[in-house]
Amino acid sequence: MSLPETGDPKSTSADSMKAEVFSLSASEAEMEAIAKRLRRHIITMTGKAGSGHPGGSLSAVEILTALYFKVLRHNPSDPQWSDRDRFILSKGHAAPLLYGTLAECGYFPVAELPTLRQMDSRLQGHTDRTITPGVEMSAGALGQGLSFGIGTALAGRLDEQNYRVYVLLGDGECDEGQVWEAAMAAAHFKVDNLAAIVDNNGQQIDGWNRDVMNLDPFPTKWQAFGWKVIEVDGHSLSQLTQAFNKAKQVKGQPTVIIAHTIKGKGVSFMENNPDFHGTAPNAIEVELALKELE
Amino acid sequence: MEQEVSVREAYGKTLLELGMENQDIVVLDADLSQSTMTQIFAREFPERFFDCGIAEQNMVGIAAGLAASGKIPFASTFAVFAPGRCFDQIRMSIAQPQLNVKLVVTHGGISIGEDGTSHQSIEDLALICSLPGFTVIVPADAIETEQAVKAAAAHFEPFYIRLCRPKIPLVYSEDYRFNLGKAVTMRKGGDATIIAIGLMVKAALEAAQNLEQEGIGCRVLNMSTLKPIDEAAITQAAAETGAIVTAEEHLEHGGLGSMVARVVARHHPVPMALVAIKDTYAKSGKPAELLERYGLTARDIEKAVHAAIKRK
Repeated sequence: MSLPETGDPKSTSADSMKAEVFSLSASEAEMEAIAKRLRRHIITMTGKAGSGHPGGSLSAVEILTALYFKVLRHNPSDPQWSDRDRFILSKGHAAPLLYGTLAECGYFPVAELPTLRQMDSRLQGHTDRTITPGVEMSAGALGQGLSFGIGTALAGRLDEQNYRVYVLLGDGECDEGQVWEAAMAAAHFKVDNLAAIVDNNGQQIDGWNRDVMNLDPFPTKWQAFGWKVIEVDGHSLSQLTQAFNKAKQVKGQPTVIIAHTIKGKGVSFMENNPDFHGTAPNAIEVELALKELE
Repeated sequence: MEQEVSVREAYGKTLLELGMENQDIVVLDADLSQSTMTQIFAREFPERFFDCGIAEQNMVGIAAGLAASGKIPFASTFAVFAPGRCFDQIRMSIAQPQLNVKLVVTHGGISIGEDGTSHQSIEDLALICSLPGFTVIVPADAIETEQAVKAAAAHFEPFYIRLCRPKIPLVYSEDYRFNLGKAVTMRKGGDATIIAIGLMVKAALEAAQNLEQEGIGCRVLNMSTLKPIDEAAITQAAAETGAIVTAEEHLEHGGLGSMVARVVARHHPVPMALVAIKDTYAKSGKPAELLERYGLTARDIEKAVHAAIKRK
């Protein structure tokens, strides 16, 4: 796996040839190992904090692993590099997953992860772009990331920069009307340097999506709004990587990757259990979970 | 007859000027570009203009994303829709991250007239001033509008500029220089101070002139930068004139009067009277009729000055 250059952070360039240097290109075996570490981080961070959102963090582990260690062009030693690909976490409650990923990439020390949700920590309960290196957007109030992503993509187009923008949404988040305002606008403005990923774990706080607020027919809705739709197994690193590559080829319209996932994935008693949407595991549960993730 | 000039047109023309000077200026609207006058910019720079349709929440988010990647977005709609329709988006996508977005809203207050309650923005200043880090400006005429918009473009932080719908008389000449964060003394006087914003500045000047006939000398301050408010000018006015009247086209709750009262209470308590809309919604009518019905005329300011002075 080629590590990012850690030299002078000012030595950045919009030159795409040079930019390639910054993309991490992990093998599938390496990514499997990273994914497991991320799950352990999520359990230990939320367990120590005594609060947080493990379920929707665990479901998106492979999505972030594929993005940060295979797909994105980014430079952990220069988070503000102007030509970087942007990853926008719209479902801001998956902050533990993003923090774990950024730490594993080298944006800040892994040792900082246990400070999650504590006073004066850079790792806030929901993301804060003003204090955490690598965090693109302050999120947590659902439904806002796709609009932010459109703006980011339009800025890149105006400046003729070749970066791409990725926005991760929750499926429950798609209850928000703003998501569909943005879906309509992204197609209208033909922002093909934007890809949305929906962590389609089927659950939200009050239960299954279909019982709380039915989203079906979900892929059809996106198609009707003018998007290229790709459906994948959201826990398959190879399917995700292929989908991201395919999305790059789509011209004239935005792409949504609907990633079918399992909430709480990787920990038997958390899987498909909405109780772990916004509740941290207790000490015994942490121990049990870590044993499963050895 | 006094010359009445459109503050909205001043905004559109200033955008065009800024757009010519700076490629990073981009403009967004929510299907009101003919009314907000952003169309003046849109006609010249279609590639830097984004009509977001009737979707203010999305417009605010797109503006934030543009700002996060180095653009200077001006986003416009009616004051009643921003912040009213998209408060949380402004809060989390612009205010908290301190992104360089300029919300310039038109049709503030009740002087929009016949469209009635749904389009009369009487709460927007309370909402927007509640957000940490926003600079809020309510220009008093077209000349100040132009300069306030230029000041917003030149400062890297969130701005909210509130304009009214009707053409209003000029209170400044071309040599006026807007000074961000500083109240402007429009008239000197020692018996009371009238602090006003927007089209109420003109009414305040008229009131002061009438009161002078009665031997009452009124200082008039234009508090066009509503936030951060000029605490020094308010404190000085309280100390030197001993009575303060505020005048605004907004609810009494949370607007200019409330903000001045906070400063007065903290630094130099003196009697105050607030000329503002009381706890009610207005209705359809001609702008002048509405301003009269809801107590926002020079005559109302004069009465308020008498009341405040009586309590000295």
